[in-house]
Amino acid sequence: MILAVAVPIVAAANSPLLAWREPVYIVAGFAGVISMCLLLMQPLLAARLLPGLSPVTSRHWHRWCGLALVAAILIHVGGLWVTSPPDVIDALLFVSPTPFSAWGVTAMWAAFGVALLGFARQRLGLRFRVWRLGHTSLAAVTIVGSVVHALLIEGTMEIMTKWALCALVVLASVRALAKLRVWDVRRRA
Amino acid sequence: MTGVTFSRRSLIVTGASALATGATGLMVPARAKGVAPTPSMRGGSNNYRPGAPIVDRIGGGGFWMTGTVRRAGDGAPLPGQRIQIWAHTTEGHERDPQSHGATLTDANGEFRLEMPQIVPAFGQPHGHLAYDSGEFETVFLRPIMASSKDKTLAAHFVLQPA
Repeated sequence: MILAVAVPIVAAANSPLLAWREPVYIVAGFAGVISMCLLLMQPLLAARLLPGLSPVTSRHWHRWCGLALVAAILIHVGGLWVTSPPDVIDALLFVSPTPFSAWGVTAMWAAFGVALLGFARQRLGLRFRVWRLGHTSLAAVTIVGSVVHALLIEGTMEIMTKWALCALVVLASVRALAKLRVWDVRRRA
Repeated sequence: MTGVTFSRRSLIVTGASALATGATGLMVPARAKGVAPTPSMRGGSNNYRPGAPIVDRIGGGGFWMTGTVRRAGDGAPLPGQRIQIWAHTTEGHERDPQSHGATLTDANGEFRLEMPQIVPAFGQPHGHLAYDSGEFETVFLRPIMASSKDKTLAAHFVLQPA
């Protein structure tokens, strides 16, 4: 687990592109890499797939990783905005020339939606499984959007470790969805 | 007037095939112009700094931006046209003044400007070019390198009178 997250980060830290980037651009890029690592944690924690963590601890970590993910996305987009405002405005308005921008922005809004649903779970008064279906459906949009976003980008992430991390994120998500059977919204008998 | 009678079926068939032909683009209205003007590309004008100076070379060089400038319609080469160029390179960001420069087309409407190596920025290795001198409509281009290891990048303008 630590290896799966550390290797892509170290590989990105060795990217030759870093030499030609300002600090704020580098921070923005790494916030994106860290976001992808957090996206690997989230399904594993949600489905209690990590060994040695009690269900309560898993839930707590899931919350904190979710908050960290929102913060990382904000740093990612904010840092890119400082680096090149017109490119980020194009992306947010879905008129960017780069195909990966729309995937990333869609994933971002879905992630914010997931977090809001997380915050408002008790206030919404939805039945747990119905709420969970909404939370995980939006999370799936975030994951698919983020993976496509990352794979289409030529950036600091090294190609092999990027594909491996993305594959792990998808695998973990599918495993979590299958274990929790999120599509089953019937009341428990 | 004999023979031109449309049954419901033949009318539908004829109409549908005409629509289908039109949709495939095989039926085009006669065009007066030969060479169509180049439209500006999405994001082409990002980080544009008007009035980049004409230079022999941007920074230390090592990479070549090339291209042609022609007139819409007859496709005639346009000499003496000022093309402004900028990119994220090994020597600076797109927004940095030292990343910007301009050059003029030669008698054949061709331009070549040496600049530092373009490196991937915002996910793609790309350059920016502008024609913004007033005589013709302004055009901003944003060509993408097939590989970030390329040592050259080309962009072509077809301009229409303003």
